[in-house]
Amino acid sequence: MADGVKPRVKVPKSAAAGEAVMLKTLISHPMESGQRKDSSGNVIPRSIINRFTCEFNGEMVLDVAMDPAISTNPYFEFEAMVNEAGDFKFTWYDDDGSVYEDTQSIEIA
Amino acid sequence: MDFTRRETLAIGGAAALVTLLPAGAYAATSEELIAEFTGGADMADTGVELTAPEIAENGNTVPIEVRAEGASAILVLATGNPTPPVATFNFGPLAASQYASTRIRLAGTQDVVAVAKLADGSFARTSKTVKVTIGGCGG
Amino acid sequence: MKYKTMTAVIATLALSAPMLSAGGADDDTLIINGDLEITTKTAAPDHLENLDEIVSGWHFRADETQALEMDDFDNPGMIFVDQAIDTWNAPEGSEGKSCADCHGDPEEMAGVRPVYPKWNEEAGEVRTLQMQYNDCRVNRMGAEPWKYDSKPAVYMDALMSSVSRGMPVDVAIDGPAAETWEQGKEMYYTRYGLLELSCANCHEQNYGNYIRADHLSQGQINGFPTYRLNSASLVGSHDRFRGCIRDTRAETFAADSPEFVALELYVASRGNGLGVEGPAVRN
Repeated sequence: MADGVKPRVKVPKSAAAGEAVMLKTLISHPMESGQRKDSSGNVIPRSIINRFTCEFNGEMVLDVAMDPAISTNPYFEFEAMVNEAGDFKFTWYDDDGSVYEDTQSIEIA
Repeated sequence: MDFTRRETLAIGGAAALVTLLPAGAYAATSEELIAEFTGGADMADTGVELTAPEIAENGNTVPIEVRAEGASAILVLATGNPTPPVATFNFGPLAASQYASTRIRLAGTQDVVAVAKLADGSFARTSKTVKVTIGGCGG
Repeated sequence: MKYKTMTAVIATLALSAPMLSAGGADDDTLIINGDLEITTKTAAPDHLENLDEIVSGWHFRADETQALEMDDFDNPGMIFVDQAIDTWNAPEGSEGKSCADCHGDPEEMAGVRPVYPKWNEEAGEVRTLQMQYNDCRVNRMGAEPWKYDSKPAVYMDALMSSVSRGMPVDVAIDGPAAETWEQGKEMYYTRYGLLELSCANCHEQNYGNYIRADHLSQGQINGFPTYRLNSASLVGSHDRFRGCIRDTRAETFAADSPEFVALELYVASRGNGLGVEGPAVRN
């Protein structure tokens, strides 16, 4: 597991049924691209988050295949449809096999 | 980074050359990736939008937005990067819009390309040239 | 001798010939999260003879970079403030105490960061925030001190800055701190390195101009620690001083050196009146 990887997501507390909400997600991760070399000239191996998914009550909102050109501390902003109260589940998949998760609930106003 | 003056000049010269090389130097791989995504189909030039700054303050963190109404997926490529793939956004049934914003790394001035697979199975493509400056005292 | 002069001449030319039109600070307003307006331009403090107006580094960045600082969600530095909050609440060291045990919530530390670096009577020296953390850690928590500008230390600086956001920087330059302040002022106007550049050459005489592709700011530190897009990480002020001096092709000072403590006090005082922004977002 990469060090100090911590997610941070912004989900509104409530929404009207049928409303579109803007979600923002950030996770602290170096996203080592595999292009850099260390001081001895050896290539630092690639180690990135290669996939991000967002589900709402088990249904897919967004599924991003991520490549090394995504910046360090990957950030995504996107819109989800909220028809009922429930849970947003955010998942990040690391090259090294680790999986990071965060869940946020939303109510219907 | 500790460079001698000679090294700095050499790197500066090389960097200037790199940014002068046409984006076409790596475009071959980008075209292959696009063909893989579209299955060789034609691409319309409307139907997908790409927002990116004209001049990126820093190539390490460049904010971009993609939008394609009704799309099931949008492929983003940095055609001038050593490895062009940036991301593929797949929109699920609960996506309220086919919009996404993220931050990417650009190795130098180049064209960023977005290709969308639209609702009817057809494809659309757009690109933006982003100038990436190589800094002064940023260290 | 000739070589040095030539380099200095080239350096001066590079500075005075801007690549793009020399833009001064722009006219945007910094409002964070839609409700907190930050003072980013104000009259220069009395001690500052060569400037009439002081301007935050925020004004010298591109629109997209400025936008990143205007929302706590878009600001990548805030993710490290979250990590510092965890550190704040975690007991550490032989005494089994956390920062929270003595100090309460981080919000109770509002007003601390704007007055640092500060003279500490008991210790008989000017202290930066990081020096103060280590005093608490070693003497009151029985924990290991943090290396200067290491991740936990810089993240804590970011937390301390974020709870004081919007408050004007107000470091004392008189009384027992005066001697350290004078030392910092002398450093600011001293030319360093093969390029023979002083802080003032760029940040007082040429702010608003471009040095190659960088838009020079006044070098204020009201926004530190800052999230730099360049390194995609939080950077402390001493780290930046080190980088700047290294860029003049000089042997630079260590992050925890007394020279940088003095320099930090002086540079902070040049920004007295500007709002604390931390963590800011810069190039």
